[in-house]
Amino acid sequence: MELVVDGVGHAYDGLAVLDGIELAVRDGEVLALIGPSGCGKSTLLGILGGMLQPTRGAVRLKGDPPAGTLNPFTYVFQDFALLPWRTVEGNVSLALEHHVLDAGERGAAVDEVLSLTGLSEFRSALPKQLSGGMRQRVGIARALAARPAVLLLDEPLSALDAQTRDLLLEDFERLWALRRVTAVYVTHNLDEALRLADRIVVLSRRPGRIREIVAVDVSRPQRGVATLAGLRDRLWRLIRDEAASADREIVAHEAA
Amino acid sequence: MKPPRAEAQSDADRKVPFRGGGFAPRITRGPAVIAFAVLIALWQAAVSWRIANPLFLPSPIEIGRALYALAASGELWLHIAASLRRIAIGWLLGTAGGLALGVAIGLFGLARSVGVPLVSALFPIPKIALLPLFILWFGIGEPSKVATIALGVFFPTAVAAFGAVDNVPRSLIRMAQSFGLPFADIVRKVVLPGALPGILSGFRISASIALILVVAAEMINAQYGIGALVLFSGNLMRTDQLLAGVVVLSALGLVIAFVLGRLERRLLRWR
Ligand SMILES: Nc1ncnc2c1ncn2[C@@H]1O[C@H](COP(=O)(O)OP(=O)(O)O)[C@@H](O)[C@H]1O
Ligand SMILES: [Mg+2]
Repeated sequence: MELVVDGVGHAYDGLAVLDGIELAVRDGEVLALIGPSGCGKSTLLGILGGMLQPTRGAVRLKGDPPAGTLNPFTYVFQDFALLPWRTVEGNVSLALEHHVLDAGERGAAVDEVLSLTGLSEFRSALPKQLSGGMRQRVGIARALAARPAVLLLDEPLSALDAQTRDLLLEDFERLWALRRVTAVYVTHNLDEALRLADRIVVLSRRPGRIREIVAVDVSRPQRGVATLAGLRDRLWRLIRDEAASADREIVAHEAA
Repeated sequence: MKPPRAEAQSDADRKVPFRGGGFAPRITRGPAVIAFAVLIALWQAAVSWRIANPLFLPSPIEIGRALYALAASGELWLHIAASLRRIAIGWLLGTAGGLALGVAIGLFGLARSVGVPLVSALFPIPKIALLPLFILWFGIGEPSKVATIALGVFFPTAVAAFGAVDNVPRSLIRMAQSFGLPFADIVRKVVLPGALPGILSGFRISASIALILVVAAEMINAQYGIGALVLFSGNLMRTDQLLAGVVVLSALGLVIAFVLGRLERRLLRWR
């Protein structure tokens, strides 16, 4: 199974956001998507999962999603997108309720992802009672419950403080080691990309084009500041200028 | 110049004065009770000392007596029951219709295109103006009063419901779509629970409108009902009985607000 992005471009009412994106998400890899804010990362992720119709090009799935997949493209959101009136357990089971499963199977699936994300004791808590980190763990549990073929994460750690972010990074590393996941991980944080990804796609500022695709050829347990220093420098040089000029851009209001 | 030692001493003694805290008006029960008591006592005194003419402004004690007499004769309960029945039926009908239209406007483009201009055009009509028409249509009895209340409740409920549906975060709806939830499930599990707070605060408005309209309708034509009681009492110069009716209306309003408050706290515990 492979997800192929074929000449995708996108514009919002004349505002060109993505241009000529050619990309393949390979089976079992974690692909990071980095670029300055506003360059179209979320837009591309939306197109990948069929939530947004691209203005040009198309996304194709080659091969079949793995057996047992309930929702092939499943998102983890920056703002968690939890239903505040449902408990942790209720939020996770939202992903399963409309699928034909017998009650025991659904319960077991919920239990499994809750324990995988360390949420078992919090199953009857409401979102408002949880910290940001715990809320995002609910978002991750809910996504895993749908047994996705491709997990699509849109800056999942951006709303969290630095320490919580580190804790969740460790969670992701543990999860990647435990389960075979195919994922696209959008971030504007180099270190997240370097720790979690097999390949890193660097986008230019808007309209986002692919500047380079960088492979991280170091096994995850061996990744550290020392081993990745050279790679980090190279990536930083790639995004620095883009980020700086995107930062100094005055936002046009043409599409208001 | 002071010696340095003395200066150090005085510095240590000076505490940084507190000046934060923000504005935080808080309710305590005592002042409210006292204010009510003083107000009623002044009123009673004004009437007892003949500063006010008791024929036009009866004393609180007289009003209490009139209320007791009405209750003891059983007449009061007939009036309350008649009003409550009209409110209940009218409010339920109006609410059911208003919710249906409001949610439809929130969800469907066609309903929105037709519904919004329609509601905007009809909402400002004081519904009591239509009572004479309803009397011609439905006769002089209950249906015309209930229809007036229902119509009065219908529009604000529709407006509250469609505003509430619009206010459900789009991100939650997109989330539900991304998990492949069917349309009906998104409405049932995301839109309606998310709109509930707005719908419930709409209930507060529609309930007070129902109370106003029931009195107005009963004043135009009714044998029983608090509005009828107030009107008859005025015609007979029974101002004590008139104000007893007003007191009952105030109590009715408070009870309705209390019940709705309990309902909100119960249903919106997640907030
Ligand atoms: N629905 C929309 N309508 C109009 N413009 C949009 C919309 N969504 C995003 N944009 C604009 O498109 C650009 C790219 O947005 P986005 O994909 O969210 O960027 P990123 O996720 O990389 O920060 C931004 O300039 C943003 O303002
Ligand atoms: Mg984004």
